[in-house]
Amino acid sequence: MKYLALVYYDENLMAQKTQQEWDALNQECIACVEGLSESGHFITGSPLMPTSAATTVRVRDKRVTVTDGPFAETKEQLAGFYMLEARDLNEAIALAGKIPPARYGSIEVRPARELVSEGNQAGGDAG
Amino acid sequence: MADSFSARIQEIYHQESRRVLATLIRLLGSFELAEEALHDAFAAAINQWPGEGVPDNPRAWLVSTGRFKAIDQLRRKARFDVSFEEVADRLEAELACEDEAPQEIEDDRLRLIFTCCHPGLAPEAQLALTLREVCGLTTEEIASAFLTSTPTLAQRIVRAKAKIRDANIPYAVPEGQELQERLASVLHAIYLIFNEGYSASAGERLIRQDLCGEAIRLARLLCQLLPEPEARGLLALLLLQDARRRARVSAEGDLVLLEDQDRSLWNRERIQEGSNLVLQALASRRFGPYTLQAAIAAVHSEADNMEATDWHQIVGLYDALLVRSPSPVIELNRAVAVAMRDGPQPGLELIDKLLAGGALSDYHLAYAARADLLRRLGQTEQARSAYRRALALSRQGPEQRFLARRLAEIDTE
Repeated sequence: MKYLALVYYDENLMAQKTQQEWDALNQECIACVEGLSESGHFITGSPLMPTSAATTVRVRDKRVTVTDGPFAETKEQLAGFYMLEARDLNEAIALAGKIPPARYGSIEVRPARELVSEGNQAGGDAG
Repeated sequence: MADSFSARIQEIYHQESRRVLATLIRLLGSFELAEEALHDAFAAAINQWPGEGVPDNPRAWLVSTGRFKAIDQLRRKARFDVSFEEVADRLEAELACEDEAPQEIEDDRLRLIFTCCHPGLAPEAQLALTLREVCGLTTEEIASAFLTSTPTLAQRIVRAKAKIRDANIPYAVPEGQELQERLASVLHAIYLIFNEGYSASAGERLIRQDLCGEAIRLARLLCQLLPEPEARGLLALLLLQDARRRARVSAEGDLVLLEDQDRSLWNRERIQEGSNLVLQALASRRFGPYTLQAAIAAVHSEADNMEATDWHQIVGLYDALLVRSPSPVIELNRAVAVAMRDGPQPGLELIDKLLAGGALSDYHLAYAARADLLRRLGQTEQARSAYRRALALSRQGPEQRFLARRLAEIDTE
């Protein structure tokens, strides 16, 4: 089963790290991805540029509107993602616990659903 | 004849339905399917047993009948939706190649507890689901105990089950480090169920007392199935608290403080059992906060009155508790114990330091404790204003009445 692990942290706090601390964290993340790949749990993933580089797109009344910044102002911002292959939620949680930024922010684990043309229900609730 | 049969089936339902359900959930891999299968199996029992007699092993009969009924059900649904065909095929194939180990069936109840108390579910969903699935309370009963409407509670249960299915929360008892982390959720859920029955004063009283009984039953089951010291510690804590039930509320329904309780009303059997469990848990050296709280309760239970209580030991236990789970409320309780050991003045200094820290500045019991110490030091005017503050912050009827009474006593002193 596929789980998306979304990495959130407070960008302002992370920006206060020294270059050395930041490099050490990134090296840890690279090692983490290598480990997850070797065990067959890593499907894909990427760190993201900060929210200052984000642009939000909406379509309302058939018109595309574009705004600066992330979708919502929150204390923590989306910083990257890992698509993982895991047996069940317990394994996905154990894998997410290895993602280094979990020490600073939070990792949201969400099961991925299959996109099908019919029969899916909004919210994934099939009753 | 028919009456005796229905009584026997009732009895079997009472004893076995939760175990049968737990096993059906494992075998069928779905809460909904398992619940339907359980009902179908009992419906079949009501039809067949009066004619054929009660089988030697009713539980095994119910499990296998439930399983066949579930496959039938899926085959019927497959006429409208082919996706059920696959599930039915898989279940039938599994049925063909297996012999049921009895050990596995006992483990199913433990699996069910861990699934219902999974930390991926919101705490209130954990409580509702545990009471519904493990204890077999009806949705109406649980709603009334938690003072919510039945539709709200039913929704909560439906959402929790959907999350179990969609996020693939495993039907399993975790191992190693994970067990320790998940066990904390299970113990917490059982503790909250007990507290809901023990300290709430509103709502249907009967059902709330039932909750205490259910929590104790769950903690007992956990101890039987899982040799973890902290599970014993929790059971001990629940037994020791429950032992005081008759003494802690007056005939008028008012709260009676520990120091004023008639200790002859305490249930000695429960205290004995709880104290033994505490000793076992402490001896393991792998105990946690529930065991330490139980140990404090056990020390209180040994004494005939407040003065005869071993306050040195209680302060020491609070120190150990603060190391494991630091909290301002525990510090407050420790300060009260220090006041009993060393006199009101040192206790008062600790409480004032806590209040200056700000964490307890809205907590009525901090002011009530402060007021009590000031009263004992003869500082009547200050005691009065502390009681007033406590009264203003308190939200519980019996507590408000208690504080108002204390305030009136001071005024006549």
